[in-house]
Amino acid sequence: MTYPEPRGAMLAEEGRLPAERVALVDLLDRLLAGGVVVSGDLVLSIADIDLVRISIHALITSIRDDE
Amino acid sequence: MTADAGTYLYVVARDSGAPSPEGLSGVAGAPVRAITRSGLVAYVSTVPLAEFGEEPLQRSMEDLDWLDATARAHHHVVEAVAVAVPAVPVRLVTVYSGDEQVSGLLEERHDDFCQALDRITGRQEWGVKVYADPAEQAEPAAAQESGGAATGPGAAYLRKRQAGLRSREEAWRRASARAERVHDRLASVAVAGRRHRAQDPQLSGRKEWMILNGAYLVDEERRAEFVRTVDELRGEGGELELTGPWAPYSFAALDEGGEP
Repeated sequence: MTYPEPRGAMLAEEGRLPAERVALVDLLDRLLAGGVVVSGDLVLSIADIDLVRISIHALITSIRDDE
Repeated sequence: MTADAGTYLYVVARDSGAPSPEGLSGVAGAPVRAITRSGLVAYVSTVPLAEFGEEPLQRSMEDLDWLDATARAHHHVVEAVAVAVPAVPVRLVTVYSGDEQVSGLLEERHDDFCQALDRITGRQEWGVKVYADPAEQAEPAAAQESGGAATGPGAAYLRKRQAGLRSREEAWRRASARAERVHDRLASVAVAGRRHRAQDPQLSGRKEWMILNGAYLVDEERRAEFVRTVDELRGEGGELELTGPWAPYSFAALDEGGEP
């Protein structure tokens, strides 16, 4: 298969990125705002707390510490 | 199961053809197990509540290394299943009090899980982020007309500042319109589209504006067309970043009129 612009095609051909190469921030978009949320007999669910805010805070703090 | 351990749920699939969890490890390095019921299979592992209970978790989520390791371990299990069969990922850190509860979930929500699986079968999620350089988007700030009436340094400063704000607003307005167009175009090739919140520049590591952080559920047969559309849009300016294919995280939902 060839496409006029190779970049996206190459990415598509490469298939999935190994888990360790996925950017954490892209992963967190999906893991914290996506995925099935099930209610019921839970010990806890991440949906219960505003962890997006917390985790982002953790990330920013850590990035600043590195600098 | 003792009261100091819980059952961590990663992903749900149809039982037939689903890969064996053997050799797969999950969060905290624990071995992954499969719980089957009503033609469905749930991938789980045992987690200590000393680490995954509500209180310790509040602290753990502030720990970047912990969050990184846990998110990747969760993703690893989801991927292992999703590359083999249609699979519905569960949100990060969903912990049940025991295997029986997960088993009960599969039975009670059987139809909802089947519907969710039908929705994503033969489809994959792709991510498209669009960046815009504020400097390029902006018109060069209105030239300071010198010698205008009633100008003091204060008035000149205010005029300049207002022009700057106007041009920044204008740049933002144009970038938003562009994001809207890109999203609509991509969504037209997809079964569904969803916009995630733009990533903080400090997290994305980029100083440009992230004007779109989109997720698209795309039919396997339209994958090449979708990729081609991304490349076409790239030719129209702005920087587009394509990620994927992802397990359908952004489109995993059970019908209950709640969360998307």
